[in-house]
Amino acid sequence: MNMAKNYDAIIIGGGHNGLTAAAYLAKAGRKVIVLEQRHVLGGAAVTEEIFPGFKYTVYSYVISLLPPRIIRDLELPKHGLHLMPLEGAFTPMEDGNYIASYADEDDTLDEIRRHSRRDADIFPLYSNLMYDLARAVRPILTMVPPDLRRPGMDGLRTFRDLGKHVQTLGKEKFHWLTKIMTMSAYDFLREWFETDVLIATQASIGIVGTMLGPKSPGTAYVLLHYFLGELDGALSSWGWQRGGTGGVSEAIASAARSYGAEIRCNAPVVQVIVQNGQAVGVALENGDEIYGKTVVSACDPKVTLRKLVDEKDLPSELVEAIDNFKYRGSSGKVNLALDGLPDFPALKDKALMRGMQEICPSIDYLEQAYDDAKYDSFSKRPFMGCIIPSTVDPTMAPPGKHVMSIFVQYASYNMPAHGDRDQQRDAFGNAVIDTLAEFAPNIKDLILHKQVLTPWDIEQELGITEGNISHGELMLDQLFFMRPTPGWAKYRTPIRNYYQCGSGTHPGGGIMGTPGRLAAMEIIKDGT
Amino acid sequence: MKLTPFHPRTSELCDLYNWSIWSGWLLVDMYAPDHTQEYFAIRTACAVFDISMIPKYHIHGPDALRLLNRIVTQDVSRCAVGRVLYTPWCDDEGKIIDDGILAHLDERSFRLTTGDPMLYWLEDNAVRLDVSIDDVTESLATLALQGPFSRDLLKQLSGADVENLAYFDITKTELAGIPVEISRTGYTGDLGYEIWVQPQHALHLWDVLFEAGEAYQILPFGDFALEMTRIEAGLLLTDVDFNSSMKVVHEFQKSSPLELGLGWAVKLDKEFFVGQEALKQEKARGPAWATVGLEVDLNSLETIFAEFDMPLYLPPEAWSEAVPIYSHGIQIGKATSGTWSPILKKSIAIARVKPQYAKPGTVVDMEVTIDAQRKQAKATVVKLPFYDPPRKKSMGTN
Repeated sequence: MNMAKNYDAIIIGGGHNGLTAAAYLAKAGRKVIVLEQRHVLGGAAVTEEIFPGFKYTVYSYVISLLPPRIIRDLELPKHGLHLMPLEGAFTPMEDGNYIASYADEDDTLDEIRRHSRRDADIFPLYSNLMYDLARAVRPILTMVPPDLRRPGMDGLRTFRDLGKHVQTLGKEKFHWLTKIMTMSAYDFLREWFETDVLIATQASIGIVGTMLGPKSPGTAYVLLHYFLGELDGALSSWGWQRGGTGGVSEAIASAARSYGAEIRCNAPVVQVIVQNGQAVGVALENGDEIYGKTVVSACDPKVTLRKLVDEKDLPSELVEAIDNFKYRGSSGKVNLALDGLPDFPALKDKALMRGMQEICPSIDYLEQAYDDAKYDSFSKRPFMGCIIPSTVDPTMAPPGKHVMSIFVQYASYNMPAHGDRDQQRDAFGNAVIDTLAEFAPNIKDLILHKQVLTPWDIEQELGITEGNISHGELMLDQLFFMRPTPGWAKYRTPIRNYYQCGSGTHPGGGIMGTPGRLAAMEIIKDGT
Repeated sequence: MKLTPFHPRTSELCDLYNWSIWSGWLLVDMYAPDHTQEYFAIRTACAVFDISMIPKYHIHGPDALRLLNRIVTQDVSRCAVGRVLYTPWCDDEGKIIDDGILAHLDERSFRLTTGDPMLYWLEDNAVRLDVSIDDVTESLATLALQGPFSRDLLKQLSGADVENLAYFDITKTELAGIPVEISRTGYTGDLGYEIWVQPQHALHLWDVLFEAGEAYQILPFGDFALEMTRIEAGLLLTDVDFNSSMKVVHEFQKSSPLELGLGWAVKLDKEFFVGQEALKQEKARGPAWATVGLEVDLNSLETIFAEFDMPLYLPPEAWSEAVPIYSHGIQIGKATSGTWSPILKKSIAIARVKPQYAKPGTVVDMEVTIDAQRKQAKATVVKLPFYDPPRKKSMGTN
């Protein structure tokens, strides 16, 4: 059966990147269809009412990297984007003390001063440096990565622009840039601060989404990566969406539809149809075939290049490179429906319950959490980032009740020592709750419902390889012109008219949309 | 300096001492830690503003309606008991003196809120009328409860009376046993209410609201957050977006309601009112100015910042010092107040321009200064309000 070439672009995967690509392509006049395997759009940026009356931001839960450019281009506020700043963070320590950060920098400095006058004095210099380094590196986020072997005029221009930005840094900051690209978060931060818990809270940013400890080289760059985000022009700030992160995906989907895109849920794609080295359509699980001029995969690189197409259509070095691409999902997620607010006895300023509660009391605690997990297991006492969206957004839970969203690290994809998958999940979930109860003793009495997701569960639900929500580790060797692999970082593939636009492409994970946008731009440029 | 009946509560919460003086009253600018959270409480949950300092006049007696219809530009006879009306009022030349909210309480009884104290003007116009005018500013405390969950909260405390309250209705009821009047009004452009209470019950009312409001993430909010929301709502502010003709000396400083986009609230065909003749003439020849919304083109602003090697910076506070608006290098008006709108992700301003530039979609240039250097960013004329969620007027959703 060979149906007419109905569509200009068929997009596989209705996550936020697939939807962003769809919106840009539809806005440019292309006839677009998005095919999502699940019943709900958003991929890892999704809100679901798993327990009646309580909305879980099931996977990713905070927003920082969504560029103002995409918000403006797609007029997302008109389509329901409602981003609020997530302000303040609180880290309880094992001795009953704590450290906090506030929206107001002076308040933060006062708080650091309580631990170390020296660290409080130097903190503004550190913030300035990170701001400046982020500013120097930021243009990369909006660039199509050049191909090192055949850069062409565009690529040379990219290198020139990049060099120009980096040169504005000056000698001393350039040295810091080289350090941050290579060092561990711990070593980098130790050159600045003496307060262990302050180093721990900063270093925890550097391990997010990696299977590395704070003392592993490469983690300093990840720290910088998360400084690249901004909210309303305020750099490195975090936000949350009214009604949960699914609202961001819904807004992008609504924008895409307004430009004429067709979006279909419950439509899993099993294969990209390739004829004479050229993608011509997709085959769905139900046997339907849909034909179009281009096929764009928003799935991770392994799904895009190893599952959806035949090995014979790809060069063997690419097959090898994708097989070696590091996923190593290292984070799990626990979502709780709560009967009331958890009580952290260390917390004096209860307004901080509206911010983030971080369980990372010391560097040794973080490194130990990594040690536990690196031999295919989970941390007995994990690093956790908790938010309670219902403290600012009453739509998340019934009046007086709360939802708590807990990002947990580390949990390996395989944890054979803990029994079968169900037993692994239970053991992991118990470790999370037991650890949280050390710092918020009433938590166990408040739990009305608990959803526990290990990396394996995330893979089962979303189809992301090894459950890495960034579609592959955010390590330097897998970024920019090496994401997903050198030579194939410009959203194209060896198969003509077959493109990739997921978080496994530059600039990577987080609710950012840039891979989707840049891929759409390249498709438009190719005139396909 | 005067303190409102809620001061014991507001002063406890305003622990960073962010106060200012408004008409001799102490007013909270923001509570700790910052006003963006207060802003989002208004747009996401519910939030409370102490508005007790606003001048209030109880106008009652057989000629109350006649007096009011003589003064204000709206047709008060169309305002039924239990309804509220927004109205400006003018001098003989049809220039705006002030604006406010008029509530029809009983057959012969109204309450007017004003921006400036207005007793002289009310009494001056009441000669030979059988009407009493009482200044109730200090004998009536007022809280504005605004936000998508304000109805859920009030419903819990008072039941059906509030649930059935339509936009610009007012009713007498009880909140947790406290006698109050509740009007579905506000200055934020959101679903919201104003609660009018005897001062002796003020603190009890505050406590009841905040206790029940905890389940709806209630926050108190100050003037900084209010300013952002009222600009989004396209609502004008006296002394900022226009001047009272009574307080300025020069003719050019005065405005007519027609120039301010308030023509809908000027009923030229009703019985005599102050300024009627002048406004009729103005309408016939066409107003000299038009009031519009402006959306700053952020891409153009970003380019200007790039000249300074700076990323786009958008201060989170509203501004209210007028800036010039140009078209092809010639000044055609001024923006009188503006703000970054966190919910619209737009930089917006209320502006007065020559009528030929008032058509939505018209592109103009707005002055911006960076490091005291004058630049011009592109801006597009839009209709006011900028933000108008359906819940503001609807009976159902939040």
